[in-house]
Amino acid sequence: MVLIDQGVLDVVLRRALRSGGEMAEVFAEDRRSNGARFDDGRIEDMASGRERGAGIRVVSGDTTGFAHTADLTETGLLVAAEAAAAAARRGGGSVNVVALNRVHAPAPTEVSVLPETVAKADKVALLSRADEAARRAGSQIRQVTAVYADNRRQILVANSEGVLATDDQVKTRFAVSCVASGDTGLQTGRESVGATVGFELFDRVSVEEMAAAAAARAIAKLAARPAPSGRLAVVIKQGSGGVLFHEACGHGLEADLVARDASVFKGKVGEMVASPLVTLVDDGTMGPEWGAIGVDDEGHPAQRNVLIQDGVLTDYMWDWMRARKEGRPASGNGRRESYQHLPMVRMTNTYVLAGAEDPEEIVRQTPYGVFVAQLGGGQVNTATGDFVFGMTEAYLIENGRLTEPLRDANLIGNGPEVLRNIDVVGNDFAMGSPGTCGKDGQGVPVGDGQPTLRVSALTVGGTAR
Amino acid sequence: MSAAASYVGQVPAPGDLAGIASWVAGLARDGEQVEAYVARGRETEIRVFDGDVESLSSAESAGIGIRVVIGSRQGFAYAGSLDADVVGETLKEARDNASFVSEDPYLGLASPDGIEPADLDLWRDDLLGFPTEEKVRLALELERAVRAGDSRIRAVQAADWGDAAIESAIATSTGVIAYSRRSTCYLSASAIAGDGDDTQTGGGYSVGRSPADLDVEEAAADAVARATRLLGATRPRSAHLTVVLEPRVTATLLAVLAGTLDGESVLKGRSLFADRLGEKVAFAGVTLVDDPTNPEAYSAGSYDAEGLATRRNVLIESGVLRKFLYNTYSGRRAGTVSTGSAVRAGYSGPPGTGARALSLLPGTKTPQEVLGEVGEGLLVQSVSGIHSGVNPVSGDFSVGAEGVLVTGGSLAGPVREITIASTIQRMLSNVVAVGADLEYLPSSAAGVTLAVSDVAMSGR
Repeated sequence: MVLIDQGVLDVVLRRALRSGGEMAEVFAEDRRSNGARFDDGRIEDMASGRERGAGIRVVSGDTTGFAHTADLTETGLLVAAEAAAAAARRGGGSVNVVALNRVHAPAPTEVSVLPETVAKADKVALLSRADEAARRAGSQIRQVTAVYADNRRQILVANSEGVLATDDQVKTRFAVSCVASGDTGLQTGRESVGATVGFELFDRVSVEEMAAAAAARAIAKLAARPAPSGRLAVVIKQGSGGVLFHEACGHGLEADLVARDASVFKGKVGEMVASPLVTLVDDGTMGPEWGAIGVDDEGHPAQRNVLIQDGVLTDYMWDWMRARKEGRPASGNGRRESYQHLPMVRMTNTYVLAGAEDPEEIVRQTPYGVFVAQLGGGQVNTATGDFVFGMTEAYLIENGRLTEPLRDANLIGNGPEVLRNIDVVGNDFAMGSPGTCGKDGQGVPVGDGQPTLRVSALTVGGTAR
Repeated sequence: MSAAASYVGQVPAPGDLAGIASWVAGLARDGEQVEAYVARGRETEIRVFDGDVESLSSAESAGIGIRVVIGSRQGFAYAGSLDADVVGETLKEARDNASFVSEDPYLGLASPDGIEPADLDLWRDDLLGFPTEEKVRLALELERAVRAGDSRIRAVQAADWGDAAIESAIATSTGVIAYSRRSTCYLSASAIAGDGDDTQTGGGYSVGRSPADLDVEEAAADAVARATRLLGATRPRSAHLTVVLEPRVTATLLAVLAGTLDGESVLKGRSLFADRLGEKVAFAGVTLVDDPTNPEAYSAGSYDAEGLATRRNVLIESGVLRKFLYNTYSGRRAGTVSTGSAVRAGYSGPPGTGARALSLLPGTKTPQEVLGEVGEGLLVQSVSGIHSGVNPVSGDFSVGAEGVLVTGGSLAGPVREITIASTIQRMLSNVVAVGADLEYLPSSAAGVTLAVSDVAMSGR
């Protein structure tokens, strides 16, 4: 695939810097997506789309000018380059465009079955199989929604510092949601799987098993009691709680927020910020996970970055802009939602390494608390460190045993305090469900994972008296 | 300072989009219905930081979403371009997609229903002529005003200007043709206040259709007050108490509630209000209306996302559930007609059903009077985790919150790191007061002070 010829890139970058500026960049993208939705006993929707265009940025001093266009011809790109240059402040030092050099980065996964080579009939067939399996789980299941989605995102990045990089990112996702009905009203259960692969995802993922799990979750919750209200020990099952770290400290370790004085982790590199049991990694090379990439959206190869080592903060995550200000290399975390957006510091696959404890022993050693088997999303205020995350499958722990299922509720904590309160880490590990991380209105695919672990005290936002 | 406004491409003549939409709808074959939704937007976003422009982006984007109904099957496709060859390819793709979905006898596009669209003037030419230098100046002025607002303001995380001029057209082979346009602009700032080791944040904004509507001082004062009043916040003991929701929080709650009153959720057994039409579901002082024809509402519009005229729908009247919202499909399936409530998130998806301009009928008391009446409770300034902690199917409601405790009817100490929880059903029944302070917000719902009793506050 050639989105834009190298000769054209050279002309456009020169035009972008004609009136000054230290860096110009062309980011081109061609995204094809296809999705189908099964709901209410029928295949309700099949939709497909194509978005193609380029974003051009010009950096002059501390100011970034940006413009985008859906017109990838030389004329269209030059108009956008002029616009971006005009938007950046004039008068910065003018630099020459360096000859473009190909960035070589290994693909995080080998994609064997490209989505566009798969018949649409084969994609929709998965949906009805999921519906049947969910309904077999019990007569309480009243409604089943199954969603199949794939997208292929081909990107090209070229900048005046000589970077020329391309990436071909293929992602496939499947999700099942069920509604169960009983004497206590309605309840929901959900299961989703996504990976940076093509249709071969379904060689290893059974849509029937996913559907059965979602249905069982909804049915179990029909007997759920209100969650407790107040500070309790919380045990989080492997692969279900990576979002805790995403919110508790992931966002706070993004260098742009640190630079804005909007992170509780500012100035803490080299300090103990978590329990010594915690080692946290952000790893864009981790194929086939949902947040895997070959290069980031600034053409920097994906990296494995250790953020917290044995409780000590080792580094933040960096994009081109923040790394330049600090005179250090970027870390492969410059990402953007589409060609219509400016890049910023974003996570990729963020996870905590396994510890030493037997996960079952962790529950046995907890006299009273909550066991979280599945978490939904979360949200953080990075400046204060306060964050919430929702539990969508949870059980009460009494005398070291799981007893009753609990209704949905949010948990709330303060990042630095929760990291210190992690008092046991299991020897298991799993990555969680595919996520979309939102920041400043931009969504990007991210993965997360963790071993089973316990937070000694966390506020559970239930209603029980 | 930054240079003059720099848009990519030309401003379209108003007739263009409707022309493209009609052209595509006219390509319908025998036995086929075709709908084209065409949208074009021009946007500017400016962020300033530390007295300087950090980023300035401006661009125009356009796209088309095409829906085809063949027999009783529907297909959809979209593209981020209005080039004729791309549009032709998109129509072909939508037709192809239709062949893979199930038959559904209720499917079909909207037809003109004789309801006249409200005559709304949502477009201001002066926004288009407003120079970029002025936008930058206002954003910098806002940043300065926040910094100067209180000695405890430690940083301004971001001060932003944003504007958008959006046009859209819908045409169907069944005779619908609609064109609308609106302009909007905003200034917003996020303040960080500090006192010793304590850090708190607060956001303020000002929104309008034209630069003349914006008020820098008001946005700055709002951000400063919200950030500083939380300084010294403690974590209270868990309790069940009455919460007084500030207008912004009420708007968030109403937007969630709307999901349970959408006719499609009701038909599909996903609403906790199914089978409850005509029943009392809320305190008698609760009247909930969705009225996109009200020009005061930020998200007002003459047409819904299928090109039918929007209308005023009373959903809950004096506590009694009166109506669900429908689009053409869900209305037909429910044995009724569309309430003009088709919504869509841009050109990249087919229309669903939803509320657009919700508001509670305001009461007669000022916020201070509501607090006085409540006596002991919690004033909620902001909530978080709406998506993770509110289940619109079961009704379970649990969100993170920040606010100020209320003692003897007046504000006492600020609190943080708490959750408030109940169920949507109980909260509606437990409303004890609706304030008089109706406030239109950049949201699908307007805000008003709302007091709700017996809510669980989890803290220490």
